[in-house]
Amino acid sequence: MCLGIPGRVVTVDPDNAHLARVDVNGVGRTINIGLLEDERVEPGDWVLIHVGFAMSKIDEAEARLALASLQMMGGSFTDEVEALMTSPSSAINR
Amino acid sequence: MKFVDEYRDPVAARRLVAHVTDLAGDDHFKFMEVCGGHTHTIYRHGIEHVLPESVELVHGPGCPVCVIPMGRVDDAIAIAETPGVIFTSFGDMMRVPGGNGSLLGAKARGADVRFVYSPLDALRIAVDHPDRNVVFFAVGFETTAPSTAVTLLHARELGLTNFHVFSNHVTIVPPIKAILESPDLRLDGFLGPGHVSTVVGNRPYRFVCDTYHKPLVTAGFEPLDILQAIAMLLTQIREGRCEIENQYTRVVRDEGNPRALKILAEVFELRPHFEWRGLGFISQSALRLRPEFAAFDAELHYKVPGVRVADPKACQCGEVLKGVIKPWECKVFGTACTPETPIGTCMVSSEGACAAYYNFGRLHREAAVTLGRSRTQSEVLV
Ligand code: SF4
Repeated sequence: MCLGIPGRVVTVDPDNAHLARVDVNGVGRTINIGLLEDERVEPGDWVLIHVGFAMSKIDEAEARLALASLQMMGGSFTDEVEALMTSPSSAINR
Repeated sequence: MKFVDEYRDPVAARRLVAHVTDLAGDDHFKFMEVCGGHTHTIYRHGIEHVLPESVELVHGPGCPVCVIPMGRVDDAIAIAETPGVIFTSFGDMMRVPGGNGSLLGAKARGADVRFVYSPLDALRIAVDHPDRNVVFFAVGFETTAPSTAVTLLHARELGLTNFHVFSNHVTIVPPIKAILESPDLRLDGFLGPGHVSTVVGNRPYRFVCDTYHKPLVTAGFEPLDILQAIAMLLTQIREGRCEIENQYTRVVRDEGNPRALKILAEVFELRPHFEWRGLGFISQSALRLRPEFAAFDAELHYKVPGVRVADPKACQCGEVLKGVIKPWECKVFGTACTPETPIGTCMVSSEGACAAYYNFGRLHREAAVTLGRSRTQSEVLV
């Protein structure tokens, strides 16, 4: 459960600055970016996602490393990404 | 795979290992990696086998699933078995054994226990089921706690009355202190946790050098990150320095994430004490909901037994979590205790030392024997 999954921001929700659409390993989903309110999160930025929340901005190098490490973890990575993808949390609005 | 190659480059690894070997010389050093993510990397990449004998790594208590005591799992089960409750938990926690079995067992007996990925999923379930009471089993260090805090702020805004949080959030500094105070362990320094530090920053670790005169280097999760952090620790020691350094500047900032810390403080307060599996009671080491959020506090809303349950006799998780013994030195490791039928928590999560060693350790021992330790050290690093 402690894994961070890197995702790339596609859009920030114009109606709700706490939500962003991200691309995680080729699949899109919505996450909460409220914890990064003090930093500007813009389309194209990479973020580290933990339990549906962006924890920190990271650069592309770190994102690729994190992805590669996760992929090597096999089962736990697939479980985590699947959980992220099927998680209904994005429907909660602030 | 450009970046990946850079951080797994065998030539660079060999160079770093040689550097570490030089720095260590004839002395013996014992460093603790606090974070379960590091433990995983260390076993996954066979780092213990490329390091010289003079540098020993011991695994610390930084796996949030591993440190939840049996009694709290029993409390969770008691809440889950309350009629009308939907009990939600991260997947790993569902398999953790308490005195009264695991949450999966409760589910099999008919309790409505559901796996969630995010605390927001639990909130979503509460919104969708206004006629049911939804409880979220919150576990995790400061990495996870801000997400629970934001979820509680949402719940308050939505005016929900059927959503409660059973908080088992813990904080990273007190167990490090407990380990430094522990008489059975002599450590020369720490690899500081990576992801927790994105939230708390590096400042809270200052006491490690100020009071205990040990160096700490916050490290990333790639094999070369770990090796480099070890070299940084040894360099400090050789130069007579003792500082908090940050190897993982790619992600961790010294000040952490001030917004996350602010939200944490708004929603949570420190408990006077909290029991850790294997480490016993540690004061001010865990978070509970502030009185302003009492309406969402599962511990106030449900009857929880709150009984302290001793770990099974055979279980040596406490010693593993303090780094006193290695996973394979536990009497039941790999026999009675396996990831399929865990006796202790360290065998449950992939970040637990026992599970990590069970999955990868033997492999690397074999690899090291076959390859010959000195000649092709870095080949284990793939
Ligand atoms: S082998 Fe099992 S019982 Fe022994 S320390 Fe590891 S998790 Fe605990």
